[in-house]
Amino acid sequence: MPYQKLKMYQTGTFVVGNRLLDPDERSVQARTERSNTLTSGHRACQGCGEALGARYALDAAMRATEGKLIAANATGCLEVFSTPFPESSWQLPWIHSLFANAAPVATGVQAALRAKGRTDVRVVGQGGDGGTVDIGFACLSGMFERNDDVLYICYDNEAYMNTGVQRSGATPPAVRTANTKPIGDHPGNVFGQGKNVPLIAMAHEIPYVATATVAELRDLEHKVERAMELRGARYIHIFVPCPLGWGSASRDTIRLARLVKETGLFPVFEAEHGEVTGVSKIRRRIPVEEYLKLQRRYAHLFGDPPRTDIVERIQADADRNIRRFGLQPDEDEGRDLPGAATDAAGLDAKPHDLAGPGEESDLMRMLAETHRGPQ
Amino acid sequence: MGVAEAVALCRPEVVCAYPITPQTHIVEHLSDMVRAGDLDPCEYVTVESEFSAMSVCIGASAAGARAYTATASQGLLYMAEALFNASGLGLPIVMTCANRAVGAPINIWNDHSDAMSQRDSGWIQLYAETNQEALDLHIQAFRIAEELSLPVMVCMDGFILTHAFERIDVPAQEQVDSFLPPFKPRQILDPDDPVTIGAVVGPEAFFEVKYLAHAKQIDALDLIPEIASEFSTTFGRESGGLIRSYRADDAETIVVALGSVLGTIEDVVDELREQGVKIGVVAIKSFRPFPLEEVREALCDAERVVVLEKALAVGIGGIVSANVRMALSGIHLHGYTVIAGLGGRPITKKSLHRLFADAIEDELEPLSFLDLDRERVDRELRRMRDEHRPGPHAENIVRDMGIVGSRSH
Amino acid sequence: MFEVRIHGRGGQGAVTAAELLSVAAFNEGRHAQAFPSFGSERSGAPVVAFCRIDDREIRVRDPVAEPDALIIQDPTLLHQVNVFSGLSPEGCILINSGRSLDELGLGDLTERFRHERMLTVPATDLAREHLGRPVPNLVLLGGFAALSGVVSLDSVAAAIRGKYSGKVAEGNVAAATEAFGFVRGEIEEVARA
Repeated sequence: MPYQKLKMYQTGTFVVGNRLLDPDERSVQARTERSNTLTSGHRACQGCGEALGARYALDAAMRATEGKLIAANATGCLEVFSTPFPESSWQLPWIHSLFANAAPVATGVQAALRAKGRTDVRVVGQGGDGGTVDIGFACLSGMFERNDDVLYICYDNEAYMNTGVQRSGATPPAVRTANTKPIGDHPGNVFGQGKNVPLIAMAHEIPYVATATVAELRDLEHKVERAMELRGARYIHIFVPCPLGWGSASRDTIRLARLVKETGLFPVFEAEHGEVTGVSKIRRRIPVEEYLKLQRRYAHLFGDPPRTDIVERIQADADRNIRRFGLQPDEDEGRDLPGAATDAAGLDAKPHDLAGPGEESDLMRMLAETHRGPQ
Repeated sequence: MGVAEAVALCRPEVVCAYPITPQTHIVEHLSDMVRAGDLDPCEYVTVESEFSAMSVCIGASAAGARAYTATASQGLLYMAEALFNASGLGLPIVMTCANRAVGAPINIWNDHSDAMSQRDSGWIQLYAETNQEALDLHIQAFRIAEELSLPVMVCMDGFILTHAFERIDVPAQEQVDSFLPPFKPRQILDPDDPVTIGAVVGPEAFFEVKYLAHAKQIDALDLIPEIASEFSTTFGRESGGLIRSYRADDAETIVVALGSVLGTIEDVVDELREQGVKIGVVAIKSFRPFPLEEVREALCDAERVVVLEKALAVGIGGIVSANVRMALSGIHLHGYTVIAGLGGRPITKKSLHRLFADAIEDELEPLSFLDLDRERVDRELRRMRDEHRPGPHAENIVRDMGIVGSRSH
Repeated sequence: MFEVRIHGRGGQGAVTAAELLSVAAFNEGRHAQAFPSFGSERSGAPVVAFCRIDDREIRVRDPVAEPDALIIQDPTLLHQVNVFSGLSPEGCILINSGRSLDELGLGDLTERFRHERMLTVPATDLAREHLGRPVPNLVLLGGFAALSGVVSLDSVAAAIRGKYSGKVAEGNVAAATEAFGFVRGEIEEVARA
């Protein structure tokens, strides 16, 4: 009988119920007593990665703080779709002030709490990439530099979505946005620009910096919990796909989040006081095309003629990340074992270093077809 | 020093500081007090910009803490967005504005351009004549702010007041405590009772929310004199209020002004009165809300009104005078706008004597500029017309004159 | 009202001198006001500070254009800045210098002003002696008290002790006292002449 090595990945990341785990190891989302901090009724788009990320992150933070949490939110999609006056989706004390000032408002809240001796109440500042990476950057750096006791969460969907998909300092190269269109020879957003805020956060040597995606729920929750164990300035940068802004299918949100990590384009790691303390390795290398092809914001790279030169540059960036952060899969992982399991997320990609497809079980094939969906 | 002590007596819980001339010593002194344990409990946050300073105040105030900051000039403008946000959210923050000119050209000296540029931000604006009044107004400001749920800006002339030494009486803590009770906001960020603050408000409700902000400032027209009166009872001196008249009852000519220049004006008025001139002064203490009725009543019997102001609405003329004019709608008298003291140019008794003498003879232009170097500007204007090349005016003037180095008075 | 103008260079403490002069007047139950002219305050640049003393509340705030007295902390200013601008013919002048008026090139000034009210005092030397540092600003106040009689030496001493302590306070008081005596001596000498 052929020997089939089964890999049990975080089944909870795709199946929220994760009944196979002990109750205390299950995700916060699996619990009926979760806070639902961002509760239903908000006006987010179908498949919004930010709504997902915010709910995951804040429910975890609420659990870690026993509900003693206050949030300061920047202007942006999250703020707009969650508080259409007179309704609000927020089930925690929440303030929105301006676009650039989520960080200092959070600082002010925690200063007030400290003055009143209420250091049991914790504070989260949050915003999209626009409010964090660009217009709010000076304020964010100030908060880091002062080591204010605030957890700042950036939901990165790589452009100013609320205003109609314009380029931000977090927009990757070659992306089409409303003001970086691939007209003529232009590749879309130019190469050689942009900033890596997680690395900049690390340069401030704050107690905790982490990146995460909405594809790995338990990982994200763990990071929020870890952050809430610590005091001082903390930063979590969450990759959140935006179906509308990216031109991707709303059902592909989590898949895209998984792909961006597995290609190496988005390193997932943790750092404390300026030093990387852990990376989430890639399970199996995926070429960047598999990720790019699912999004119309990259469609111009696959036209006639295809811009293979640009795709190669993007691939080179991914390779560099893998090398830089040590993301490559371990030796015996993901190789061509007979009957190597494909990921239930429907990735039947052929990574560079695999010898060939292994045997696929009927179950796996069915799942792959289910999640890949109609092409 | 006096202002810092007054603020400390009001028991602020969060103070933030970003340095800008000429407010620095106020916030430095508060920092010393916090570090020495004299001001406790108080969190002192050194922010990285004025925008951050106001934002920290917003967060702190929303979380139920009494919050304070100070700024001037460029700093006030840098937090402009946050000013509107604070007032729109109804947060009772108190801020000192150490009035200073706004660049370009960069200028660290006193005028009212900064606060005037933010007159519509929804903040209450009070102007101090003396250092004593500046101290007193801060104490009144916290009361006014917290009763109305509106932020209050206490304006005091940069350098002229902030860097002057004069006798002030600093009240006792017990007096201030009896006047200013602890801050108890109606709605705060509190996990025990979660609220959403700062929602998107669309066309169906924005108008009403904005109107209510205006209505609150109109209410302030009643509250401000009440607080001033209570202050007078508690502390034994007159301070604040909406306006103050000096020898204006039977005056044919009334001078209207804000801030420290009023002291110099009153000296000149006294001298003219000795010569039999019927001249008086109306000091505006509360610029926002603007006391239309009180100003009208104080000025309506005069033959002429001279508004002397330290700000210029480029492209039209006076700012204070436009507000005064509104108060005088329908009343016929001679109105003169005099722009003076911009960028810290001293307003001297000598110049005021000349000015008032011209005013009395109705030999003033409707809009005039006190001690402006006409020759210099005319030369530059001629040059601009002849050469048709753009360029920063200050530099051009300097180049024309070949000036190097500083000038002393 | 008595108006004083103090001329110095940034870093020499002209502003502090004006401040303590006003405190000295407070100590005597009078009203006083002190403020700097706010020019460039880098070390070494010319600065001016003002002090007004009166028995009633002082309302005016413009720079002192017509001083009743001048204190010149740094004689190098004499030919650089028009320090005498606006000084009344009855006004008094105290210059920090060990040299005479003639040696300072000010001989012709005795024509415009009353020569018995134009005096010099070697305040920097006195400061070095009593303080170990060439800081003449408060020393000059002692001389000024003698020259103008507007404040007493005791009030000046109290003002100095109110702001400083220990050796700095006592050194300044000692130097100011010696300056007071020096100027007193000069006045008597001129009167006898």
